[in-house]
Amino acid sequence: MLLALWAGKTVIGVNRRLGYGGTSLPGAIGRRIAPKLLAHLAGQIPQGSTVITGTNGKTTTAKMLAAIIAAAGLTQVHNHTGANLVQGITTTFIGVAGPLGKVDRDIGVLEVDEATVPQLVSEVGPRNIVVTNFFPDQLDRFGELGKTIALIEKACHRLPPQAVAILNADDPQVAFLGPQFPGRVVYYGVETKAYGTPDTRQTAAGTRLCRICGHPLNYTWFYYGQLGHYTCKHCGFHRPTPQVQVTAVEMKGDAGLAFTVATPAGTWPLSLATPGFYNIYNALAAITTAVRLQLPARAVREGLAGYRTSFGRMERLTLGPDKKAFLALIKNPTGCNEVIRTLVQNPGPKRLLILINDNAADGRDISWLWDADFEALALIAPPLKTIVTTGLRGLDMALRLAYGGLPPAGITYQPDLTRAVTEAINQIQPGETLFILPTYTALLAVKAVLTKQGYSANYWEE
Amino acid sequence: MRTLHLVHLYPDLLTLDGDRGNIITLCRRCAWRGITLTVTTASLGETVDFTAADLVFIGGSADREQPLVYADLEKTKGPALAAAVEERLPVLAVGAGYQLLGRCYRFPDRKELPGLGVFAAWTEPGEKRLTGNVVATAPMLGEKSSLVGFENHQGRTFLAEPSKTRPLAQVITGHGNNGRDGTEGAIYRNAIGTYLQGPLLPKNPALADWLLARALKRRYQDGSLAPLPDKWETLAHQSVVKRFG
Ligand SMILES: [Zn+2]
Repeated sequence: MLLALWAGKTVIGVNRRLGYGGTSLPGAIGRRIAPKLLAHLAGQIPQGSTVITGTNGKTTTAKMLAAIIAAAGLTQVHNHTGANLVQGITTTFIGVAGPLGKVDRDIGVLEVDEATVPQLVSEVGPRNIVVTNFFPDQLDRFGELGKTIALIEKACHRLPPQAVAILNADDPQVAFLGPQFPGRVVYYGVETKAYGTPDTRQTAAGTRLCRICGHPLNYTWFYYGQLGHYTCKHCGFHRPTPQVQVTAVEMKGDAGLAFTVATPAGTWPLSLATPGFYNIYNALAAITTAVRLQLPARAVREGLAGYRTSFGRMERLTLGPDKKAFLALIKNPTGCNEVIRTLVQNPGPKRLLILINDNAADGRDISWLWDADFEALALIAPPLKTIVTTGLRGLDMALRLAYGGLPPAGITYQPDLTRAVTEAINQIQPGETLFILPTYTALLAVKAVLTKQGYSANYWEE
Repeated sequence: MRTLHLVHLYPDLLTLDGDRGNIITLCRRCAWRGITLTVTTASLGETVDFTAADLVFIGGSADREQPLVYADLEKTKGPALAAAVEERLPVLAVGAGYQLLGRCYRFPDRKELPGLGVFAAWTEPGEKRLTGNVVATAPMLGEKSSLVGFENHQGRTFLAEPSKTRPLAQVITGHGNNGRDGTEGAIYRNAIGTYLQGPLLPKNPALADWLLARALKRRYQDGSLAPLPDKWETLAHQSVVKRFG
């Protein structure tokens, strides 16, 4: 066991010296030598681990929870680099273990890829599992969303008996896990209708069906995607009443969000410096876990207030006096719509740069561009001064915008990604805001260009 | 002012990434030419007057919803839709919708789920999902014409009688109907079935116009369409042909 640990630590050390943030290799080597390494290290944590999984919001939720735990004065193991497969998580534990294999931390906060949950559950035996949502995302990777949900459902049955499931009540695909869960379930959800729509004609890809009987669900309220208030008239499945709920929300554009959350431990007014309604759900998941861990209200407030956006998820860049830029990863229609909504709320003159790649890490299928609401951009066409597209699928993006109702003359395609980024930055005039929306691998490319040009070097490191 | 009416079947059940792009494309291409395109939807239990329809779209889905849709199609819409296809109603059926319009879906245990039989075709499940970019030749759209798209399907579809149902296209890159015989999709009268899922029409404006022209000819005896610049359409189409073809 120790040999495995030392081998892993050596690789981490070498990686660091070479300047790599390599995350999976040390874990892979450690596991090769001692397959039970992760179980051994994780088993020492007195308050156990919380696993956070789901399609969207894993990273953000884990970071918010980590900030709350830190504000409570507790120590933790957190795979903060976003390495959410089993090797990467093993690396995280190798990194915090002492030379004699002792893990001296209070709590584990683990963001876990959906497909990795079964293995992680059997090795780590988490005390809590948080499921944020199940959106169709990169279908070519998993085949079908249904398989992923079934995978998590099965894994839930192998959790230790005292484990608690923390589930999003507003996502029927997630809430479905509740009645089948052998242990205690805590639901979180949004009650206020200050946001969202009663319009039930909004289409969502196959996720508004009852997972129990297969019939379409009846909605009285939508927040976004398939998130909302629903019942199945056919079999009686319905949205459970959340024990932790948001009762008021105020969207403050770029400035972020203010909201009120009612919990069994009290009702708290809270604020986030990050825009995007979806962050309410991320905060809710983190708050609910904090309540379950009996962390104080003060820690929740301070943790969330001090929370900064993780890299690429609506990151604010300063490019000079009076020149603002936002950088936001887009990878599926739901997240993209939230970004578009934030962009539309921004009142001033703005420019837009959209970078679409279809490498394996982006998802080979870019069909989702047609599900995202780029039509909303047409409503703000005048303050939108230029739109530039680039990336391997930059032409698909230009085409999408043309069919979204944006004036074709306002759309430009720049085949060279580096030039596209450089020109977009050079174009911004004082008082304007540049929105940069890349897919995952395009985000890495944008990051490289920005660093080369000397903008906020390494701002993505946390 | 010419008006066309599109019926979108089972939008809540048969929908996958980007299907919506096809409807958006038909709407815009009509609007740019001063044609009004109205869209109505019909799902489980709802009957449709196909004599009032000029175009029908049926999307794809994961397999989960299929038995429900099979049952409903058989009961409430199927016969009328099949009759309308005989009357040359243009139909675009994608993925699961395409399979539904074949004769049957055969399970390994030899159980069969009957289809509408519009296409002389049957489908059976395959081992691996067939996934990836597709480039195919489509002579029906004109000499040297191509179709580009993305496929992601478990089913293998086989055309049974070439005299009744022709393939829509021949694959250059990709798997097509079954990964074996090089065919992609099916065409019978003005009904088209295909595995090119999601936003098929935006990057294949010739196919969009093929459907619109037939719909206009049927309703107004005149299928002429004003040409459009198709700048981004052509560039995006060509970029896929160049990269994957
Ligand atoms: Zn039900």
